[in-house]
Amino acid sequence: MTGSSRAGVRRRPQRHLPLQIFLGFLVVYFLVPFWWVIVNSSKDAPGLFSGSNTLWFADSVDYFGNLQRLFTFDGGIYGRWILNSTLYAFAGGIGATVLAVLAGYGFAKYRFAGRRFSFSVLLGALMVPATALVIPTFMMFSGLGLTNTIWAVILPSLLNPFGVYLMHVYARDAVPDEILDAARVDGAGELRTFLQVAFPLMRPAVVTVLLLSAVASWNNYFLPLAMLSDNRLFPVTVGLGLWQGIASANNAGSTSLWSLIILGALVSVVPLIIAFFTLQRHWRGGLSVGGLR
Amino acid sequence: MTLLIEESAASTQEKAHKVRGKVRLREHLMGWLFVGPFAIVFLALLIAPLAYAFYLSLWQKKLIGGTSFVFLGNYVKAFTDPTFLSGAWFVIRFSLVAIPLQIVIALAMALILDAVTSLFTRFSRLMIFLPYAIPTVIGAVMWGFLYSKSFGPLTDIFGLFGATAPDFFSSNLIFYGLINVVTWQWAGYYMIILYAALQGIDPTLYEAARMDGAGKWQIALRIKIPLIAPALLLILVFSLIGTLQFFNEPQILRYLAAGTISPGFTPNMYAYQQAFGLANFNYGSAISFALGGIVFVCVYAFLFFTRKRRSFF
Repeated sequence: MTGSSRAGVRRRPQRHLPLQIFLGFLVVYFLVPFWWVIVNSSKDAPGLFSGSNTLWFADSVDYFGNLQRLFTFDGGIYGRWILNSTLYAFAGGIGATVLAVLAGYGFAKYRFAGRRFSFSVLLGALMVPATALVIPTFMMFSGLGLTNTIWAVILPSLLNPFGVYLMHVYARDAVPDEILDAARVDGAGELRTFLQVAFPLMRPAVVTVLLLSAVASWNNYFLPLAMLSDNRLFPVTVGLGLWQGIASANNAGSTSLWSLIILGALVSVVPLIIAFFTLQRHWRGGLSVGGLR
Repeated sequence: MTLLIEESAASTQEKAHKVRGKVRLREHLMGWLFVGPFAIVFLALLIAPLAYAFYLSLWQKKLIGGTSFVFLGNYVKAFTDPTFLSGAWFVIRFSLVAIPLQIVIALAMALILDAVTSLFTRFSRLMIFLPYAIPTVIGAVMWGFLYSKSFGPLTDIFGLFGATAPDFFSSNLIFYGLINVVTWQWAGYYMIILYAALQGIDPTLYEAARMDGAGKWQIALRIKIPLIAPALLLILVFSLIGTLQFFNEPQILRYLAAGTISPGFTPNMYAYQQAFGLANFNYGSAISFALGGIVFVCVYAFLFFTRKRRSFF
């Protein structure tokens, strides 16, 4: 994203040891919870509650057995939760992105009546607490018979005002009007101009918005918690919260549930970590757009 | 109509076109075609629920006699309700500590990562960002394990020094326990945004400053930080909006910190309890709306004090 401006001035590689050591401490801090979960998901219930070696492996390392228990507990409900989360993340993420790309491009490239007014309403909406919408949306959906269905989670995820704002900024700067006009003069229709000329130029921001909306849907807790009562429709966040509530309520009787929760937490973050690492080249360019303007 | 004329005067784009009237109409139509799908979702899932919540909040459910119109009665009740007020005070206090802490840490990390380049710093950047990929609920679950007396490492670690481990679930320390969870979760994300902004600065500025005799600290304080001020402001506003709506982490840790975190611990938890625990949707809506009002007031007060209203957005 800054390659061209940086290329002119060569920067000497600098290594400040004190700063790097400081950074090392921070990295340890940020990784400790992951390490704890990785280590302790290998233990069985007695090993977990033995009270020693909390940051190291016990004598028996049993990932395979724990995984088997995790995916067979309560008729394999955990696997369902993961699939539900995946469905909500993809449907919500893709839907929100399509709407945001179209609207952001429309705001950036057409001077239509009511544009300024609608755009300021959109900016105002960035400040509306998302959770304030959950109660009335629940009431409306309940009137339509939509609560406790997948639509109760997917439809509200389609709303991403920040995505529209981001796409607007990006389309305004990255898609020159001259290119669009040239395409029109060549006889391309508006839709074709958008799909074949503008869209490829907007791609980095599209990936960013897609990733951010998918992550937002995957991470969502308040909305599905309020909307869903059938635990077979739960996403993994609500499901693990449910297990944790059960395990805490009768601490003595449910020691085996704790090891499932620990491994469940680990398994649920693996897909996201993989997605972030493999796609990092794409989303990092887009993030700077939102931060700079 | 005046708006149309203004807009067409402002636009210079259509000089290339020959038939003005037709082009204008087409532009309005195409603009709305692109914005339309989002506008429908926006109206149905943001404007309508907001209006409906406001409507609901004006009514009160009575044990006898059904629902009656009380106008702003629920708001009077909310702003004199000790549970709501203590929850609101908690999230405000929490924001005042958590947000500056997160931003300072994020800024320090971003400046270090921008100034020092090595394989290790590239690795650190990813590792520090990692918690952002974790759902807040899972983050809270993980820290709940670490705080736990029965299987957390705190007892061991403090035992080495012959000290008793702090109990982050006690009413004295839960505030700091939550501050830690939130900082861990978000500092890396803010760091990435600030880092991206820092990388966007033209390095010739540093050369020029160095010629003028500026040291590394001066470059950081006088050039880098002022130039990424818009990114800092954006982060501050979004973290303020998010922190005032605090819900997920205390809701999850509630099970472990039995007794310390009450159902009305934050305004959002209180609204959730009223609506879904007690089926009192009217009062729940009023609390949500009152919280929305607090968010608006805080954000505008913040933007007013930083005098950056114009440069934002």
